[in-house]
Amino acid sequence: MEETKSMRDVAIIGIGMNEKWGELWDKSIRTIFTEAALNAMDDCNVDHIDSMYIGCMSGGLFVGQEHLGSMLADNLGADFIPATRVESACASGGLAFRQAFMDVASGMSEIVLAGGVEKMLDVDGGAATYALSTAADQEYECFHGVTFPGLYAMIANAHMAKYGTTRKQLAHVSVKNHMNGSKNHRAQFPFKTTLEEVVNSVMVADPLTIMDCSPVTDGAAAVILCPLDLAKKKFANKPIIKVIGSGHATDSIALHDRKDLTWLSAVELSGKRALKMAGKKIADINVCEVHDCFTIAEICVTEALGIFEPGMGGPSVESGITNIGGKIPVNTSGGLKSKGHPVGATGIAQIIEITEQLRGISGDRQVNGAKVGMTQNMGGSGGSSVCHILEVN
Amino acid sequence: MGITARNWREYPQRYRLEAAKCSQCGKVFFPPRLICNQCKSRKFETIKLPGEGTVKTFTVIRVAPTNFIDEVPYAIGIIELLEGFSTMMQIADCDPEKISIGMKVKLEFRKIQSDGEAGVIMYGYKAVPVSE
Amino acid sequence: MSRTVGIIGYGAYIPRNRIKVEEIAKIWGADAPSYKKGLMLREKSVPSPDQDTITMAVEAAKNALKRCTINPEEIGAIYVGSESHPYAVKPSGTVVAEAIGATPSIHCADFEFACKAGSEAMFVAHGLVKAGLIKYGLGIGADTSQGAPGDALEYSASAGAAAFIFGENDLLAEIEETYSFMTDTPDFWRREHQFYPQHAGRFTGETAYFKHSLSAAMGIMEKSGTKPDDFDFAVFHQPNGKFPLRVGKTLGFPKEKIETGWLVPTLGNTYSGASPLGLTAVLDAAKPGNRILMVSYGSGAGSDAFIFKCTDKLIEVQNNAKLTRDYLDKNQKYLDYGTYSKYRKKIIKNA
Repeated sequence: MEETKSMRDVAIIGIGMNEKWGELWDKSIRTIFTEAALNAMDDCNVDHIDSMYIGCMSGGLFVGQEHLGSMLADNLGADFIPATRVESACASGGLAFRQAFMDVASGMSEIVLAGGVEKMLDVDGGAATYALSTAADQEYECFHGVTFPGLYAMIANAHMAKYGTTRKQLAHVSVKNHMNGSKNHRAQFPFKTTLEEVVNSVMVADPLTIMDCSPVTDGAAAVILCPLDLAKKKFANKPIIKVIGSGHATDSIALHDRKDLTWLSAVELSGKRALKMAGKKIADINVCEVHDCFTIAEICVTEALGIFEPGMGGPSVESGITNIGGKIPVNTSGGLKSKGHPVGATGIAQIIEITEQLRGISGDRQVNGAKVGMTQNMGGSGGSSVCHILEVN
Repeated sequence: MGITARNWREYPQRYRLEAAKCSQCGKVFFPPRLICNQCKSRKFETIKLPGEGTVKTFTVIRVAPTNFIDEVPYAIGIIELLEGFSTMMQIADCDPEKISIGMKVKLEFRKIQSDGEAGVIMYGYKAVPVSE
Repeated sequence: MSRTVGIIGYGAYIPRNRIKVEEIAKIWGADAPSYKKGLMLREKSVPSPDQDTITMAVEAAKNALKRCTINPEEIGAIYVGSESHPYAVKPSGTVVAEAIGATPSIHCADFEFACKAGSEAMFVAHGLVKAGLIKYGLGIGADTSQGAPGDALEYSASAGAAAFIFGENDLLAEIEETYSFMTDTPDFWRREHQFYPQHAGRFTGETAYFKHSLSAAMGIMEKSGTKPDDFDFAVFHQPNGKFPLRVGKTLGFPKEKIETGWLVPTLGNTYSGASPLGLTAVLDAAKPGNRILMVSYGSGAGSDAFIFKCTDKLIEVQNNAKLTRDYLDKNQKYLDYGTYSKYRKKIIKNA
């Protein structure tokens, strides 16, 4: 997929999240989203947007609310603008960003908001588990009682059998991401953890414990996009972050229909497509936010993106190479595990983390000299994946 | 939850394991499809999946969705029933500690879930270890 | 002109879980040895939460189909007898027929007559073949019955299924005679919306089980001009280990003729599956020319008697499906009372 000559360059000029991610009992879905959106608009001092895209996996199953385009444009005071709710399970946010990017790149709109939100904690555990499971094949996976931790646990067991990936290597992902998240004031679970703690926590789906699994979270995030030319003219008070690559791919929704249970083809293809558009190689990426919905997911994603060879994801995280300060830091934000995973918002929050890294404002979590960053946001057990590549101007 | 007709529609698959085999390239689809994603043919023949297979991967669910809460812990896996064809189902009648990748199983008709105490009962197949 | 009709396929199914008499007795402060002695029963089968009358009936029916070579679409009637049908309204038979591919040109109804619902299903299925109305008939007895916690019946109420396909050709066992003896006798019943049945204590003995079983046995022997010596096997309804042995003794059948079909000491009382499973166990072991007497008993009350004569074809197919004793004696999983209570939904959950 080549970019056409008529596509404009696009920049990110504003970023914002709601105050904190976690259990937000007194905030509704409309409030959380509006807070994040206003923060993003304030970050770049815009008072008007031309259109907006909202990633949300299931307003319906969690809070009985659909038609979010109408509701959230209204609540943002952005009367009458085109507003689109985007869904691709846990990749809803990343896909919302891609739609916003295309809206600007195509010339259709000038200033576009890409946001995401999920309000997950009003329903009980069984209902939340069910709602999340709808990202899988309802009649041929969910029907049998599978859960998301269950699907990834099956991937983990297959990966461990094929490559000898160890239980301890999975735990390293959690330890690393919690270490990073402990430095993130917005994280839902900003505490450190140890390998022993991860391995000995409550089992959710063998071999994954609760410390291998990202949490349910209430939260929202938003970014503002505009044409690069406009950014250079009017929004140059902060480093200008260019969106140089976007890639999107789908794969069979059901895990059992994949050729190789340990290989995420959608991730591989979305990564390649984004890199091709950006004219970059994976080795050019300085910092990465990937979809660690479960520890095994981060391992598989780093392999599918080509950061590590197949089967080497486990030993690599164990070696520390993906720590902040390592050769290729992954999930400096704390990842989904520590930062939280309000499903629709995650993809946007990944963009925000990379933007902050490229702006040089990540404080304790800064990757020195980061110039090019990548995000990878995944839906379901790998049924969809969206990647973006950002570069500081 | 509107599950009655949705379940009934899948009876040929859930009750009789009927699948579709692409008449051109032989790929098996479960449930049947309108177009083969391998060769784009739109012609299929109905086949019945075999009643035994091998465990490709599995896990034990300990935190369950609403309809399955009383069954925790239960094992679920991907079972290879034909060369190149696998599908998902629970692995029943065995100690979860004793399941292994490569284990031989046969399929038994079981209750999969029900729509609460008053709604329909949904039946299907689970994999049971082949024992002596 | 009377058709010769018989069994052309048969199959059993027993779940693998078991619970021992000691395990139940210890919870209710009862004396296990005296229960074991009094009931001549050591343990019983328990269905898993994902098993019910329908699932077991399907597996038994599939086993029956493995012992013949018919096209299931030619089965003209399916009857499932149980006192634990999963639905009060919606026949178990429709699911079973759909699962084995016997729909849509098929007559179907569910039967209930306490423990003889299975033999009822068998009688009617064979009767339609005999009348020339259908080509093949499928009769199934299956149950996952409950006994009230702490009650005597809790030690024996168990789960199992037996399925029989009847036809005119390629018989495995010919039906030589049938006879039914029935009166209105309130020995054991369950009112609508009650979870557990009620029984009338010792009234269930003489006036109920023995009167009807003996009368049906004597009735069929008189009708066919046979006596105990003419039989190689006898299967009686087995609510506990003692009753069938006593009936057999009273009639003059030596214990050796009863043992092959006497499953209750380690199976419990599978209610509608009880004498039918005794029959499948006998069919698994019988030889060509053997004659079998089967007398069921269902509370309420009545007994269905059958005389079967095994053919040469029987030994060709016995091993085409899992044997009754392999289900019963192998691969058992023993439960504690807590797990058993959970499986049998005896624990109140405020849902």
